Amino acid sequence: MPSPIPSSLASRLATLPPALRHPGVLFGLAVLLVVGLAALAAPFLWTGDPILLRPRLRLKPPSSVAWLGTDAFGRDVWTRVVYGARVSLTIGFSVAAAAVLIGLFIGLVAGYLRRLDAVVMRIMDGIMAIPSILLAIAMVTLSGAGIGTVIVAIAIPEIPRVARLVRSVVLSVRSEPYVEAAIGAGTRLPMLLIRHVLPNTIAPLIVQGTYVCASAILTEAILSFLGAGIPTEIPSWGNIMAEGRQSFQIAPWVILFPGLCVAATVLAVNIIGDGLRDALDPRTARRFGALR
Amino acid sequence: MGRFLAGRLAATLPVMGVVAVIVFLLLRLAPGDPAAILAGDAASPDQIAAIRARLGLDQPILTQFLSWIGRLLHGDLGASIISNQPVAKLILERIEPTLALATTTIVFAVLVAVPLGVLAAWWHGTWVDRAVMAVSVLGFSVPVFVLGYLLIFGFAMQLRLLPVQGYVSITEGVWPFLSRLILPTLTLSVIYIALIARTTRSSVLEVLGEDYIRTARAKGIGETQVLWRHALRNAAVPVISVIGLGIALLISGVVVTESVFNLPGLGRLTVDSVLARDYPVIQGVILLFSALYVVVNLAIDLSYLLFDPRIRY
Repeated sequence: MPSPIPSSLASRLATLPPALRHPGVLFGLAVLLVVGLAALAAPFLWTGDPILLRPRLRLKPPSSVAWLGTDAFGRDVWTRVVYGARVSLTIGFSVAAAAVLIGLFIGLVAGYLRRLDAVVMRIMDGIMAIPSILLAIAMVTLSGAGIGTVIVAIAIPEIPRVARLVRSVVLSVRSEPYVEAAIGAGTRLPMLLIRHVLPNTIAPLIVQGTYVCASAILTEAILSFLGAGIPTEIPSWGNIMAEGRQSFQIAPWVILFPGLCVAATVLAVNIIGDGLRDALDPRTARRFGALR
Repeated sequence: MGRFLAGRLAATLPVMGVVAVIVFLLLRLAPGDPAAILAGDAASPDQIAAIRARLGLDQPILTQFLSWIGRLLHGDLGASIISNQPVAKLILERIEPTLALATTTIVFAVLVAVPLGVLAAWWHGTWVDRAVMAVSVLGFSVPVFVLGYLLIFGFAMQLRLLPVQGYVSITEGVWPFLSRLILPTLTLSVIYIALIARTTRSSVLEVLGEDYIRTARAKGIGETQVLWRHALRNAAVPVISVIGLGIALLISGVVVTESVFNLPGLGRLTVDSVLARDYPVIQGVILLFSALYVVVNLAIDLSYLLFDPRIRY
């Protein structure tokens, strides 16, 4: 039996290009592109050594020599902010990919295997009840600071939200006539999930993925700021701000510039998410992606 | 009703059980020797052994879990590794500033966000709507602590209107108490306002599209009446439930805000224990906050009875 046209993977992906014409999405992508290119080209953007200590140049305000000033160790804030973009983007995208893939798997399992559903969803409820920052802090403290640890620690609290979303899509798709027809025609479970259920999860997952990405960039900044994030020797936006805390009253630029970068990047990703949600499907994904 | 209550209460038990298991396993599943992790890098083998014995980490994992749960159910959260004081006592000492900050934040956020959301929905598609939505996306995007430092920079350092940091109990005077809470409250409420305003807007918008609103208009009652009598009451449930879900956001925000403004509350206690790897305290705070989240959301489920007479449990 040929698969019904509306649910085929190719036609669902074909809805993406018009979504990319949404003005918010375009604006957000442009900002993200600038940040991404800066991160890639960090050594060539009039940057110096991000970890070079220059005690004689401590806490210098922004000038033509140090565009964004220097921090308490005389390190150039511009250089560190540009290199910090690498960490933030890596974490944002890795967490989004990990949370979406694992959440997709758990959601499909819970939505399709009724016997596992109750158990799996209670575990998800339990993870959701723990404030995500606290869970992440505890995991980083116990496992030791590192980019990998931080990615895992931020991704785990995000998984239940993705799993719930996928599960609800599965439950609503299950009773659709074309799925019942496919079952009646003897389609096996893996084929059923891949051809009929999976395509329906793509649009909401893309939207949810952008919110997870935005939330992950913010959470990295918060974890590093609290001293439970990226190791201090790696310049990340959170670390730069954490080290600026002591000298905030005399050198506010050490916190304000990286803060601005976090805000602009997260704003761009959030706007992309809102735009995609409007364009792809106004009903499925709600704003709960930003709930932490 | 009674059956519903019992059922709803019983449903919170597995969730709290899962929370307890996760909190318990976090330490035991950590890579490496948990006692060595908690003792820190400079610890001697004797110190590590002492911590292992104290936390019972040398016993079989099931024995550890059962005795831990047993003590937990008797209200014993354990004792701090650093100060040796009971965790429950440490929490009680630190709870006042956190409660004060959380209360002012919730009150302020609801008072600001609900009218904003209603206005945005009422003037849907106009510049008011777009402004509210823009502010709300922005509120989701600025890290809490950056906002805190911006406010300190503006109001405390440049304008010198308010104290920079610290906490004074209300028993020492209302103004000293309030003046030190204004900036933290503003900081913490922004993300909460963003969330509530957005939900209020979409909920009111949805209700305004309903048939009974058209009917109300058709029978000629004024627009104000339509809004107050018909739209707002029916739009209340999603708004109330997002206030409850937002408690999770608020708790994360409390941890950060208290650090920025140097408030000696539970958030500071958490950060201090993290830096000192004082796991029993971290564990206690996580359990407390998770229980709070579960209880608040339970209370909110029940409050629907008050707000929406159509809901009968």
